[in-house]
Amino acid sequence: MSARGGLVAELESADALEAAVRALHALGYRAVETFAPLDLPATEASRGVGRSRLGPYVFGGGVVGAVLGYGIQWYADVRAFPVAVGGRPLHPVPAFIPATFEATVLCAALTAFIGVLVTLRLPSLWHPVFEVDGFERASADRYWVQIGRDDPLFERERTMADLASLGAVRVAPVPQT
Amino acid sequence: MTATWGAPGLDRQPPDPHPVMLGRPDDAALTSRLLAPLFGAPRGWLLLLALTGAGTLALFGAIGYTFARGIGVWGNNIPVAWAFAIINFVWWIGIGHAGTFISAFLLLLRQPWRASVNRIAEAMTLFALTNAALFPVLHLGRPWFVYWLIPYPARFGVWPQFRSALPWDAAAVGTYFLVSLLFWYLGLIPDLASARDRLPGLLRRRIYGVFALGWRGGARQWREYRMAYLLLAGLATPLVISVHSIVSLDFSISQLPGWHSTIFPPYFVVGAIYSGFAMVLLLVIPLRRLYRLEDLITARHLDNMAKLLLAMGWLMAYAYLVETFIAWYGGNLYERYALLVARPLGAYAWLFWLMLAANVLTPQLFWWRRLRTSTPVLIGASLIILAGMWLERFVIIVGSLSADFLPSSWDLYRPTWVDLTILGGSLCFFGFLFLLFVRWLPFIPMHELRELRHDLSTQGGAT
Repeated sequence: MSARGGLVAELESADALEAAVRALHALGYRAVETFAPLDLPATEASRGVGRSRLGPYVFGGGVVGAVLGYGIQWYADVRAFPVAVGGRPLHPVPAFIPATFEATVLCAALTAFIGVLVTLRLPSLWHPVFEVDGFERASADRYWVQIGRDDPLFERERTMADLASLGAVRVAPVPQT
Repeated sequence: MTATWGAPGLDRQPPDPHPVMLGRPDDAALTSRLLAPLFGAPRGWLLLLALTGAGTLALFGAIGYTFARGIGVWGNNIPVAWAFAIINFVWWIGIGHAGTFISAFLLLLRQPWRASVNRIAEAMTLFALTNAALFPVLHLGRPWFVYWLIPYPARFGVWPQFRSALPWDAAAVGTYFLVSLLFWYLGLIPDLASARDRLPGLLRRRIYGVFALGWRGGARQWREYRMAYLLLAGLATPLVISVHSIVSLDFSISQLPGWHSTIFPPYFVVGAIYSGFAMVLLLVIPLRRLYRLEDLITARHLDNMAKLLLAMGWLMAYAYLVETFIAWYGGNLYERYALLVARPLGAYAWLFWLMLAANVLTPQLFWWRRLRTSTPVLIGASLIILAGMWLERFVIIVGSLSADFLPSSWDLYRPTWVDLTILGGSLCFFGFLFLLFVRWLPFIPMHELRELRHDLSTQGGAT
């Protein structure tokens, strides 16, 4: 579940963040988002951040690349511009393999890269949390946890107390979009 | 991703005597240290930039001269129609391979030591490929027709001929460059966000901010990032094998004795990784000294790379042996002559023996751990190996072409000043790009080192 608006709390370590996520989950919060300067898969499992669905798309991209790569070569050298050289077959399957392989990898890689940008809706240079004082340290040495105001349990005073009880050095509201 | 190195219990090991990170710098210290190069250049940087910049100008001057006068200004002749341009192309492409090996292979193999050197290695790949891609284009003679390599529906109805290895080359090198660029850039995004959040000055923050794409380190962002990075690594791994294999097919699908050999694809891939690791060492050692990074790029890194050089050196020796054995065993007169007479005794024999000494004997130093971690030895050995690998391509390309089937058509090759300027200039161009990279981009992946430190701390490794 995504988190919109609400409150963010600043924590001092990755362990504190992992503990906070567990504690908030136990308290019943569901619209929880975390921000960390490093990849912490441990913070995902307890709050329903599922697996990435990029894999099948990348596979599909690879298949498209393979068909496209082979198709272009077939069209170019078999249909449009056949050249008979030394009695060699006009449709030489092995000779078309290298470029087909390269096209497969290229399309799969492009799908992976563009896929990340599309699923994350990047680039989006501004985000409400950037307005929070001190959030710039989220990319260096601070760990943030956000509880969205769309969370059914969200209630400003109580949530603020809950976040403070986790050892947050700062709790701040996230501006509304 | 360092965080996916397996179940925590499996990683629990006794304290490592040769750690990948000395001490446990906290996140703040790590970040400000690794961003420090972006705040200002160290002494000597500008001087080096000016020197390599001058070399780069010489390169483009020589290229301009070649374009204006045609490739007759090179030493190429008939029968040696392929010479420096193709040697340099193969050499540079090969160097690129170690970058992908470190960033992709070692990621898939869950080697924690890759974290601090992978971005340097990837940048090396990109710059080596930039140099490599110049050469076939120059060698076209009429480089303004380079777009004919691309299959596009032209009015005159002529298409590239995909039964030739040259369009395969274009596909392989183009794909390799693009995939390496995506992989490198994806890895940079979280670090660009760190730069955006910490650098002084609105303009610089904005520039880094645009390239950081609005990264904020959200859990969902990390999840997609992790998956995409892993997928790109999985794609880059077979790709890197394919690229030098395809380059080697330029030679081995021809009939020329000395080229026409089925061992070429693995032989070239091994040689590529071999020369690439030598180049990585050559870049990493001065860099860690200059920026005092001995605690992050430790003796363990140097040791591992030297071990790889030793292993690759033996694989090279095996390839040389099999190549020669098959020439004798195959019973083809011309091949026997090319490999058993012309190569060890002919006009370029001294280069052949120099190459064997450089590529087979030099890595034997690395049987000793003390030499594997001694920076002067590593730098010297890397330079010798890089020169040896360049000579190998000279021996294969020029040596084989200069004495083919008919003695009446044999001829020797001598490089001209233009050839030598282009070779030297391309080395400078590579250095120039690399200097710009270490000045303007975080050259050690900060987020991966934070993960490494986090993992090492939670594993309780006391090193």
